Amino acid sequence: MASTRVEHAFSRVGPGFAVVESVRVDQITPRARLGITARLILSIIIAFVMLIPVLWMAMTAFKARPDATASPPKVIFVPSLDGFIGLFTNRTQLSAAALAEQQQRTDLNFWERQTLARGMRILGPSKFVSQLSNSLIIAISSTILAVTLGLLSAYAFSRYDIPGKRDWLFFILSTRMLPAVVVTIPIFLMYRAVGLYDTHVGMILLYTVFNLSFSVWLLKGFIDEIPIEYEEAALVDGYSRLQAFRKIVLPQCVTGIAATAVFCLIFAWNEYAFALMLTSEKARTAPPAIPANLGIGGIEWHVIAAGSMLFLIPVVIVTFALRQYLLRGVTFGAIRQ
Amino acid sequence: MSQITLQNITKRFGTVTALNNVSFEVKHAEFFVLLGPTGAGKTTTLRIIAGLTKQDAGSVAFDGQPVDTLPPADRDVAFVFQQYSLYPTMTVYENLAFPLRAPLRRMKEEEIRKRVTETAEVLRISHLLQRKTARLSGGEMQRVSIGRAIVRNPRVYLMDEPLSNLDAKLREALRVELSHLQRTQGSTTLFVTHDQIEALTMADRIGVLNHGCIVQVGTPEDIYDRPATTFVAQLVGSPKINLLNAATDGGVITIMDSDVHLPACELCTDPANLPCEFILGIRPEDVRPDPAGLFAGEIALTEPLGVETLLHIRIGRQTLVSTVPGISPLSRGESVRFGIVRERLHFFDRTTGVRFSE
Repeated sequence: MASTRVEHAFSRVGPGFAVVESVRVDQITPRARLGITARLILSIIIAFVMLIPVLWMAMTAFKARPDATASPPKVIFVPSLDGFIGLFTNRTQLSAAALAEQQQRTDLNFWERQTLARGMRILGPSKFVSQLSNSLIIAISSTILAVTLGLLSAYAFSRYDIPGKRDWLFFILSTRMLPAVVVTIPIFLMYRAVGLYDTHVGMILLYTVFNLSFSVWLLKGFIDEIPIEYEEAALVDGYSRLQAFRKIVLPQCVTGIAATAVFCLIFAWNEYAFALMLTSEKARTAPPAIPANLGIGGIEWHVIAAGSMLFLIPVVIVTFALRQYLLRGVTFGAIRQ
Repeated sequence: MSQITLQNITKRFGTVTALNNVSFEVKHAEFFVLLGPTGAGKTTTLRIIAGLTKQDAGSVAFDGQPVDTLPPADRDVAFVFQQYSLYPTMTVYENLAFPLRAPLRRMKEEEIRKRVTETAEVLRISHLLQRKTARLSGGEMQRVSIGRAIVRNPRVYLMDEPLSNLDAKLREALRVELSHLQRTQGSTTLFVTHDQIEALTMADRIGVLNHGCIVQVGTPEDIYDRPATTFVAQLVGSPKINLLNAATDGGVITIMDSDVHLPACELCTDPANLPCEFILGIRPEDVRPDPAGLFAGEIALTEPLGVETLLHIRIGRQTLVSTVPGISPLSRGESVRFGIVRERLHFFDRTTGVRFSE
């Protein structure tokens, strides 16, 4: 009797089913336990396979140059900071005489000694830090702009009768129908003419425009799902339209805002083609800068891997911080249709 | 509290006329029920009064003052929605406090706390105040929703089918509670429903709406005993009123397709006023099985409901529904004699459905 009951309880376990009764853990049948373990192992294997490229990048970042290019590839290696040193500094190859002279010095710090061991001398810091901060400034500003403007227009499209609403929405969507690269040359010429070439403002503007269509459509979907009754209730409760928007709509579409922001951020952060064409010194972002390390005397894979890894970290942090919002549908449900 | 006057309100949505020249008045401290089938324009009427929808023509006035240009916030009405529309991100307390915290009221937090506590006590939801609204039952949600309306003493309460999403038992309980609340507070209430029982039990006066037009306004007794049209007659009363084609030659009324002939004397109406063909309305409780009854028929179907039994009596090619108290011993196929309460017959025009007045 007791065992059939447990069987029944477990046949309906999973994300799709409501928990109808709790089951004592010590009553789990060996078969059920085996199933859970098997599923866990399978998920771990799949996750591992998916993460191999990322893992390989992280490993390469900590390899010395010979290890990074070794064939067959080395899985076990002596960790080295060569890649990061290469990333953050400009170096020069020393002649044998200069090398011997440098090796006599005792006032060298850790980084300089590391570089010297490869027969090189640090000339000064590279531009990577400023490029990374350019990336941060441009990506964050354009995300904030795209989400704010997108939210306001999505709200308008969702709630008001705008003449030609469908046409406008289609027009907004149509800006995505062309491969972006096609317009790089015209935009390059325009930007040069109006002095936006190689400026932060120019890049922020460009990424905002590109993200806006996406942000309007995505947020409209989220706002459409918030029943208008909430705002109407707030209106008769004594609030103005804008106050109702702030107090009622905003808290309810946090999920949508977070999801949209993450997508916009990732786009602006990763964008390569425009950044390559439209920036050179002042506003160059990290994506076109990292492969520029293809460098002197062969591809410096360990440097590229180190740069890519550092470049990956901010997006991972943001996505991880907002992950609870990315699982949508938390706030929906108090209204009964 | 105040009174509401609607004058010649018309509203169109595209080519559909939702409201056509609607005028009525809700008196001070009155419980007025707007009754009508789905799509009659009941909700639109409420929304126009609240200011959520703009009318195409006509005027709404509170206490004689037109409010047509005021935004919803400044009309000081409370709206209880059909879907409870509690703010899902807030607790019950915050929901109740929300209207009081509106910038235009500038109420002190102490005063808010006092009012919310009082309201919660009246509605018996004090134990729920710290709960998130998503974790309430349907009845609790609707209580909170009503609480959000009464917490601020508005000029007018507008209720849009607040009980229709609840199960039958809860609906009965809340119906009583709502009636009691309205009487004790003396609030002007406009209540919209498609449920004739709600209308008859709660209303001081009922306005019947059909296809955007007011068909009849009157007390529940008026509506039930003197329905202005066949539509109203069918809308109220359960089971539905029997509507039959009938003819008269001045002295005798004959129900068509049957052998029922009613002597025209003792009728509530002067048979001379009737055209020769018309629609006859007989409430099921006025068809009474009686061994000494004038008419004979055959039981076609019985529906025992416990409190009463519905008898479907076949007379010729027509069927009359009759209600008798308790469980009836009659069964299908039996022949039965019955009488008709002739003082309570209803006569309607055959083409327009309008009642012939006494």
